[in-house]
Amino acid sequence: MNCVINVEQLQAFYVLEAQGKRKIIKAVNNVTLSIPENEIYGIAGESGCGKTTLLKALFASIDPPLQLFGGKVNYRINGKDLNALSLSEKEKRELRWTYISYIPQGSMSVFNPVKKLKRTYLNFLESHIRGKAHRDLLSLAHQHLEELGLSPQILGAYPHQLSGGMRQRIAIALSTLLKPKIILADEPTTALDVVAQRAVLQLMRDVQQELQNTIVLVTHDMGIQANIASRMAIMYAGKIVEEGPTEEVFIKPLHPYTQYLIQSLPRIGDKTTRKSVPGSPPSLLDPPLGCPFHPRCPQVFDRCIKETPILDQCNPNHKVACWLRRD
Amino acid sequence: MSTILKANNLTKIFSLGGLLSRTKITAVDHVSFTVESSEIFTLAGESGCGKSTTARMILGFEIPTSGELHYLDQNIQSVKDKKAWFKEVQAVFQNPFESFNPLRKVESYFFETVNNFHIEKNEKRAEQLIEEKLQAVGLTYHEIAGKYPGELSGGQLQRSSIARSLLTNPSLLIADEPVSMVDASLRMSIVNLFREMRDSFGVSVIYITHDLATAYYISDRIAIMFRGNIVETGSVEEVLGNPKHPYTKLLIESIPQPDPHQQPKTLIKFLEEKEEYLRKGCKFSGRCPEVMDICKKITPKDVLIDGVMVKCHLFKTNTGKSEE
Repeated sequence: MNCVINVEQLQAFYVLEAQGKRKIIKAVNNVTLSIPENEIYGIAGESGCGKTTLLKALFASIDPPLQLFGGKVNYRINGKDLNALSLSEKEKRELRWTYISYIPQGSMSVFNPVKKLKRTYLNFLESHIRGKAHRDLLSLAHQHLEELGLSPQILGAYPHQLSGGMRQRIAIALSTLLKPKIILADEPTTALDVVAQRAVLQLMRDVQQELQNTIVLVTHDMGIQANIASRMAIMYAGKIVEEGPTEEVFIKPLHPYTQYLIQSLPRIGDKTTRKSVPGSPPSLLDPPLGCPFHPRCPQVFDRCIKETPILDQCNPNHKVACWLRRD
Repeated sequence: MSTILKANNLTKIFSLGGLLSRTKITAVDHVSFTVESSEIFTLAGESGCGKSTTARMILGFEIPTSGELHYLDQNIQSVKDKKAWFKEVQAVFQNPFESFNPLRKVESYFFETVNNFHIEKNEKRAEQLIEEKLQAVGLTYHEIAGKYPGELSGGQLQRSSIARSLLTNPSLLIADEPVSMVDASLRMSIVNLFREMRDSFGVSVIYITHDLATAYYISDRIAIMFRGNIVETGSVEEVLGNPKHPYTKLLIESIPQPDPHQQPKTLIKFLEEKEEYLRKGCKFSGRCPEVMDICKKITPKDVLIDGVMVKCHLFKTNTGKSEE
């Protein structure tokens, strides 16, 4: 398996200082992860589990109050590993949008409301491609939109004239203009209805197939993960608790948390009562000792309260961090 | 069972654009439905189909352009005493972080409701009442006392918002996308609450959503809306189990299935809202896989088949498809 990103024991915490007290929020706590190339990789978990922070770290965008406490994020470029977190701002800027691009959360509201979309596209292209006339840049944008099956006429519209689903797709199109090797997408389908959601997923799948690149998709919606990701990781309280091929995770979930997530999904044709995970998500300010899931876990035993399980191979290809799976 | 809410040819027209280039959009177009006592009725459809506008009209936030709304035997528009009305009808909104003011303590909303509706004068007993309602949704007063919205999780806030709406002992609850902002892991607990409320308090719920899977899970009857029209309505088992209208089929197919093997193969068209609202004939004809010539000219009529009302030219009589 060739990997494009290797994350080694990454620790990124938010450091807040309020009223003379120092608070540390452990948003990404010892994450080790390998993201393979030419695949859609899903990261799932509830809000506040650190998945957005992990994406920010993958994008090498660690700004205060977020601080790096250890670990590496290696990009693999032309067969060589490059620690993205040690690069200078200028070097990072050169990689962005050509090697790695980022679709932030709520990206349908990223466009300037008083400018036509054309201006946003031109601004973007001008800052990345030097020495080309406006007309050439614009035709590049037109061509790109057409390739993705979107109408180039949209560039003449203001953002508010388009629906959320359309704006989201324009944002995705913008992030893929320079054909990056890696696209990080943060909840691109949240706040869209099922039909618009499907159109967005369809577009992402097309983009991936055309560019043969890697898309890292963060969403809490397990249905979408099943739909599009070929491999996925489940995050809980700043840690990865399960990782494996999507099919295996869905058919044979190993972690009790994953089991809850999958069992609680309603299906048409089935009215039997579904239970959601008991309790509420832990605070990352003061995560529980031992396994972070133990206060909500129905199968908790002594060891879970004292020791933190590490993410370890269970089957070849399928990893889990749970004491139940250790002999 | 008795009918508690009846909408009759409800219509709402919005005008868009400036003075010169004004276009009229019929956001809700002659919509009729009923809500029975202690049932969950779902209004489903994609964004911009008029489902929230319908809810806002029931709540009195929008005045219908034409049509009537009857609560029991009373016409809602003629109700002078809004308070008595809101005692019977309460709402739960989409985003709990937006429905609570971040600078106000959560508990203050409970006391405000108690005071506004003169439910209880004695503070001790008011607190007891609040505790009782909070327990019904799986919270305790202790958990929310003295806290600001930012200190509670989305799930807890949405529960509080439901508990608050229960204070007046309403007979109808309007829940506008109540779970779309709640975490996947807690979503079902909120959805189960609505079921519980129907079963133990006899509350009717109008559940507004685009998520047909949860709609199937909790509701008794469903209406599928598309661009201002109800295109299919009936019992949820029949409508979702045996969909007739091509739009219902599209919606069902679009639900991301939690199964990596079962994924939609067909590609979909995606059109802009306004274009479809202004379309003549059947509004779905631009995307419909089974479109015929007649669809582009004449608006289809409602046809009743097997207890399900369908608005589609594919269906004519009680025997099912006739024009093929």
